[in-house]
Amino acid sequence: MATGLAILSTILVVAPLVAIFVYLIYKGASSLSLAFFTQIPKPEGEPGGGMANAIAGSAVLLVLASAIGIPIGISGGVFLAEFGRGTRLANAIRFTADVLNGVPSIVMGIAVYSLIVYRQKHFSAFSGGVALGIMMIPTVTRTTEEMLLMVPHAVREAALALGVPNWRSVLSITVKTASPGIITGCMLAFARVAGETAPLIFTALGNSNWSANLNEPIAALPLQIYTYAISPYDDLHRLAWAGALVLIILIVAAVSLVRFVASRGVLKGAS
Amino acid sequence: MGVGIEVSALNAWYGANHTLQDINLNIPANHATALIGPSGCGKSTFVRCLNRMHETNPIARVTGTVRIGDLDIYNDAKPVEIRRRVGMVFQRPNPFPTMSIYDNVAAGLKLNGYTNRHVLDEIVEKSLKNSALWDEVKDDLRKKSGASLSGGQQQRLCIARALAVDPEVLLMDEPASALDPVSTSKIEDLIFQLKSQYTIVIVTHNMQQAARVAEKTGFFLNGRMVEFDSTHKIFTNPSDKRTEDYITGRFG
Repeated sequence: MATGLAILSTILVVAPLVAIFVYLIYKGASSLSLAFFTQIPKPEGEPGGGMANAIAGSAVLLVLASAIGIPIGISGGVFLAEFGRGTRLANAIRFTADVLNGVPSIVMGIAVYSLIVYRQKHFSAFSGGVALGIMMIPTVTRTTEEMLLMVPHAVREAALALGVPNWRSVLSITVKTASPGIITGCMLAFARVAGETAPLIFTALGNSNWSANLNEPIAALPLQIYTYAISPYDDLHRLAWAGALVLIILIVAAVSLVRFVASRGVLKGAS
Repeated sequence: MGVGIEVSALNAWYGANHTLQDINLNIPANHATALIGPSGCGKSTFVRCLNRMHETNPIARVTGTVRIGDLDIYNDAKPVEIRRRVGMVFQRPNPFPTMSIYDNVAAGLKLNGYTNRHVLDEIVEKSLKNSALWDEVKDDLRKKSGASLSGGQQQRLCIARALAVDPEVLLMDEPASALDPVSTSKIEDLIFQLKSQYTIVIVTHNMQQAARVAEKTGFFLNGRMVEFDSTHKIFTNPSDKRTEDYITGRFG
């Protein structure tokens, strides 16, 4: 009976994911071609074209966002769990992170728009990366904190009893012991912002050409999907489906790659 | 080589709880000294005062003096320096789970900035031999994690880890209480060998174990040290009635 329920629940949990994936393949796979990955969008009305610039743009934005969100997020989590435990500053930071986590992404877009875009008088890849990076911080911070608190007290004591200073013990023992969980948290945050569209509308804006300049608008997969999906043309709809499929595949690939690389450092029998 | 420990007027608190009251005792160098007593009598707190691990708990407080060799540990040195001279083995084996066997043993040196690979190799081998684990692990020093060993092996790994920083004193807080009888007897054999080089203080709830490994035994009760004498005297002809009641099993 219990086993049956467990299996049923598992199916219910996995079903939406499988359904989305199957539907995306059904709708999008036929529009995938070499051109999709090598060409930039054609002017309106012309058939063909691809999303090469949007794929590259998303990669640029996500690298930028990770470079901002992951170091700040992990530092915050380490502070909350190890150095600031019980202090008012830590409580304030934890509260802020939780609120930030609940801020709608469109609001994040507007905030970064008024902070950066409005002052610089132009949309830019940089502002898009900042918006996504800030969105990563709370997830990374809170999972880092949770994972550090799960490291057994005995492991910390072992390090201290060897005459290792506390800061060193935290960085080399506690954080290292918690690193699989911390990496998972970073991946979660990464996957979440990889599909964000709203904060990019006000910041990265989108671009139908190649751009590697962080001071110029840049294309991004979610933006391109959005633009195509609301257009009146059927062939653009098909490209949007293909884009959605590629976005999901790229996220799964990135997460799997990081997990694989991270797991290679783990020794036999390590938990 | 081991050094003696002189404890005078030692008091310790956890918050408002006065867990150690006016402890005075001299622990001889290069011998094993056992501390026995019922749960909560303060014996674990006492050993934690000898390497200042006690104060890692923010509500803990200590007064009195502890001299280890010629060092007044509460006035002459920082806690991290003391802990390098006074190694500790805990009740439950606590190897670093993400580290290989080699890195576990080398951890104390590496984390304190020691990097000479050649010397580290030698120290790791020597420490594992001293803890009677070398023959069992020498082929997978870097391949296997410390957590993959059996409980008894893990505890000997923790002993090797403590020995690698070359301490003068080794504190053992019920080191065999989580282990099976075979592993326990290996740890006891080890204590026998190690005391020629180190001063050993072992907390145990197992009176037979105290009788087997230690020359001196102290009996703790309710935060006080009731009696401290040669192990033989404590177990055959104790001076205090409470000690006699405890060792004959009338309480505890």
